Amino acid sequence: EDSFDMEVAVTNPEKIGKEYIFFFTIFELMFGNHLETTLPMFRNRTFSVWRRFSDFLGLYEKLSVKHSLNGCIIPPPPEKSVVGMTKVKVGKDDSSSADFVERRRAALERYLQRVVCHPSLLQDPDVREFLERDELPRAVGTHTLSGAGFLKMINRASDAVSKMTIKISDSDAWFDNKLQEVESEELQLRKLHAVVDSLVNHRKELCGNTAVFAKSMAMLGNSEDNTALSRALSQLAEVEDKMETLHQEQAASDFFILAELLADYIRLLGAVRGCFEQRMKTWQRWQEAQSTLQKKREVEAKLLWANKPDKLQQAKEEITEWEGKVTQYERDFDRISVTVRKEFLRFEKEKSNDFKSQIVKYLESLLQSQQRHVKFWEAFLPEAKAIA
Amino acid sequence: MGVAASCCGGARSVSVDLNNDASLLIDIPDALCERDKVKFTVHTKTTLSSFQKPDFSVPRQHEDFIWLHDALVETEDYAGLIIPPAPPKPDFESPREKMHKLGEGEATMTKEEYTKMKQELEAEYLAVFKKTVQVHEVFLQRLSSHPILSKDRNFQIFLEYDQDLSVRRKNAKETFGSFFKNMVKSADEVIISGIKEVDDFFEQEKTFLLDYSSKIKDSTARAEKMTRSHKNVADDYIHISATLNSLSVDDNTKVEGRVASDEELKLTELLRYYMLDIQAAKDLLYRRARALADYENSNKALDKARLKSKDITQAEEHQQQCLQKFDKLSESGKRELTSFKGRRVVAFRKNLIEMAELEIKHAKNNMALLQGCIELLKSN
Repeated sequence: EDSFDMEVAVTNPEKIGKEYIFFFTIFELMFGNHLETTLPMFRNRTFSVWRRFSDFLGLYEKLSVKHSLNGCIIPPPPEKSVVGMTKVKVGKDDSSSADFVERRRAALERYLQRVVCHPSLLQDPDVREFLERDELPRAVGTHTLSGAGFLKMINRASDAVSKMTIKISDSDAWFDNKLQEVESEELQLRKLHAVVDSLVNHRKELCGNTAVFAKSMAMLGNSEDNTALSRALSQLAEVEDKMETLHQEQAASDFFILAELLADYIRLLGAVRGCFEQRMKTWQRWQEAQSTLQKKREVEAKLLWANKPDKLQQAKEEITEWEGKVTQYERDFDRISVTVRKEFLRFEKEKSNDFKSQIVKYLESLLQSQQRHVKFWEAFLPEAKAIA
Repeated sequence: MGVAASCCGGARSVSVDLNNDASLLIDIPDALCERDKVKFTVHTKTTLSSFQKPDFSVPRQHEDFIWLHDALVETEDYAGLIIPPAPPKPDFESPREKMHKLGEGEATMTKEEYTKMKQELEAEYLAVFKKTVQVHEVFLQRLSSHPILSKDRNFQIFLEYDQDLSVRRKNAKETFGSFFKNMVKSADEVIISGIKEVDDFFEQEKTFLLDYSSKIKDSTARAEKMTRSHKNVADDYIHISATLNSLSVDDNTKVEGRVASDEELKLTELLRYYMLDIQAAKDLLYRRARALADYENSNKALDKARLKSKDITQAEEHQQQCLQKFDKLSESGKRELTSFKGRRVVAFRKNLIEMAELEIKHAKNNMALLQGCIELLKSN
């Protein structure tokens, strides 16, 4: 069995005209265990192409059209941001638009990584084309895929299905439970995301206040007539300046590691819900087909009794047609149930790994920050002791 | 809410070298908080014969301390001294408001989150409480360690009188009115800077104090803002960790919380205290400037009297009095300001060292905590 690992890096956002294009590199590592293959045991393949943001959205649309009916969990694309993009288009080159580009770059990287890690999506020809083709024709109709539009799609589906709460079979309890878990988890993540947002803002505030405080300490140090104390106060001002830098970096960590992780998973959980609801829709279709078949049979019975042979023939044909549909839809339902279950388990595993690795990354950033904290204050301490 | 706390000794964070003269030892061993009022137990141990007993305690309220401070300020004889600044009124507004908000938001939080927030608030409440006890204690100890002020009659009454002081307080308010309070604070600066200085020492002091005063006021305000921001960040971490816990991931909340509250106690308090102290020093300069103005006026009056050949002796007497008062103020003022300088430098040193050591300690604690978390997560 060949196993392979793919790593994606999205880099070098470049501005061409009014929009940014993103350069991404796929590192494809293949490990072949097959004895029959003539492939070398280890083959590295690296290739890079550039893509527009709308290309990524276009890819999502193609995939969702093809696969969402199967119950596949399709990673949702990064959000479109009208405000952010306007700033970029207008050519505003300040730190907030740099932040925005970085945020988008990171989001595209995560999105692509999830796509290539999905075993069935990777086989999809559209994905292959996206990864390999030199230049993609511009995607159209991606305006419907803004963040809000995407969620609306999901919610519309769930509205239609929420009316049905019938348990289909014993194994369905599994689906019911999992759906409930997903819904409650989504709520928790939303709550958490709101708090992390607040954390980012408070930390940015702390940044500003620390900077202002540092300046006022420097001025106080200048006023101070005791030489050693004056020096110490100036040093304190410098330490506080360094603290400000630390806070700023930490705020970036808070956002890029934690907040974005949560935002991603809130959207992903929405996609998972969509799958479950797709399954319910399939079930519904099967049930409706069954009831239509039943009606057709009743019509046939009536016609038999009323003795109308020509209409009878048509009725029989319709019955055959609908029997076929019922069989088809039942098979569809079984198939989608299998897929959703498989997808969900894969998703859970991926989510658990993702969270763990991101949280470790976040904690490591906090750790680093504290290490520098110690260094700065240890450097200050002798200055304080030197006051006389 | 009734809260009682015993705060025995402990490091005085803003002043040093107090309370080591065995002839008069004062401390506030405990205090009780009832609704808005804080009742301090002022405990005195003395070998002086001017007191009736060698060891005694009295209950006092914040208003009693203010009465004592104002009485000292109004005393003419102490015009050449820096009167220790009055302790600020106990302010439980912030934790109380937060507690109220917490109560309102209880329904939206998990039990664990609520408990954690409540604990943090109780800790904050306790910190405010400890701080107010400390500043009141320091006020008394500065008086007891001052060679002249420690002998003040009103001070003795404050320490000893075992009845309610509020009767005296009411009378005092009527007598003194707001004679001092009415003087517009901004006026001192004009008067002080307007005086033509004859003495180099005072010239330098004046320049220094005026400048330093405005800078330290600014720094205090900024420090307060900064520590408030830090507290907000800490609170957010509590919410985050509570939610993460319910998603069963490890957390590290206490981390940021502790840093915020200790920083508050060290740096902001130091700045705030010296801001007030510098104001007291400025008040001294003000009084001296007034005395100088009086002296100059008396000179002019004497000249006028000589011209008119009328009331010359009276004018001469008055002029002598003014000169004496001015000289006395200048002499004592110089002493006070010099010792104040020394005190300030020592206090800053102690504080800055303690603050740096605390920052290092906390950061190292955080590091250990974080490392533990990381290893735990990686090994799972």
